[in-house]
Amino acid sequence: MKSLILSALLTLSAAPVLACETVTLGDLNIEHAWSRATIGADRPGVFYVEITNNGSTDDALIGIATPAAGMPMLHETVVTDGVASMPHAMSIPVPAGESVELAPGGYHGMLMGLTATLAEGDSFPVTLSFQKSGEVVVNVEVLSLRAEGPDCDDAN
Amino acid sequence: MRRRQLILGLGGASGALAFTLGLGWWQSRGRAQPPAALLPLPIGEMGFALTNHRGEPVRPADWIGRPTMAFFGFTWCPDVCPTTLSDISGWLGELGPDADRLNTVFITVDPERDTQQVLADYLANFDPRITGLTGSLAEVERAVAGFRARFEKVPRDGDYTMDHTAGVFLFRADGRFASIIDYHEDRRFALPKIRRVLT
Repeated sequence: MKSLILSALLTLSAAPVLACETVTLGDLNIEHAWSRATIGADRPGVFYVEITNNGSTDDALIGIATPAAGMPMLHETVVTDGVASMPHAMSIPVPAGESVELAPGGYHGMLMGLTATLAEGDSFPVTLSFQKSGEVVVNVEVLSLRAEGPDCDDAN
Repeated sequence: MRRRQLILGLGGASGALAFTLGLGWWQSRGRAQPPAALLPLPIGEMGFALTNHRGEPVRPADWIGRPTMAFFGFTWCPDVCPTTLSDISGWLGELGPDADRLNTVFITVDPERDTQQVLADYLANFDPRITGLTGSLAEVERAVAGFRARFEKVPRDGDYTMDHTAGVFLFRADGRFASIIDYHEDRRFALPKIRRVLT
């Protein structure tokens, strides 16, 4: 039932180039929110986003929540002596005047306990919690499993 | 100068000299050994028996005669593995028909979950020239040891994840190790490295 509601939600909110939308929260610009399609719902999904802090106060991303996954968390891929591991990230600093990317090979949201398969073209909401700026909801576009990022005009 | 050395030597500094020589010997061992020990074995000296995602048995000897590009991962991995597979699919695409000669293999470090069918479903999303390998944990361990790679099962929130060597290994057609494309290496250097083993 839960997955049925979710798929209805996913279908309703599906729109092209969602990942290229910019959401503003105070001094923070949040854009390029995307995920990769999953094979089934057993594997964890992933969440990537870019956050720019245009203000003069440091902030930090301290958590994520989404109806798409029972256990979403922040992780960082770290490669030590050639070996990749994925420790938890308690918080991801978003320093004043800087941009931080949750991107392949670095910080990422790990969506454990997916309520449904993430299919290419779907979208789902993720609530980002910041230490100072509070909370904001972004729509996350599901790209193909092979995607390395959204194809936006402003993307670098 | 010579005299000073002589005096030092004669001045009962034999202990220090022995220490220095000892240190030098130890240091040169330290310098020479780890890299040699860390280099992957030539494919011809590796020993493992795995199964590919099409259900066919695979032994390292089967790889001799073609350049090999190999890497380790697991399909439950959300970040590194899709990224590496996507990169590799991109490289194979750029190399075009030249890459047909390349033996490109993805060896799972999580055979518990990555069965032949799971690998087949997963790899359907990437370049069809990538072959997935799985097998018993013991045989996966033998393969990892041959590559001088590492992996570790890490319990996580009632589940587990795998730490594993993230680089892409390149071998010449005769089985000799050529180079590694490091995970965080600039991707522009990857294609020249692959072309080198293709020539």
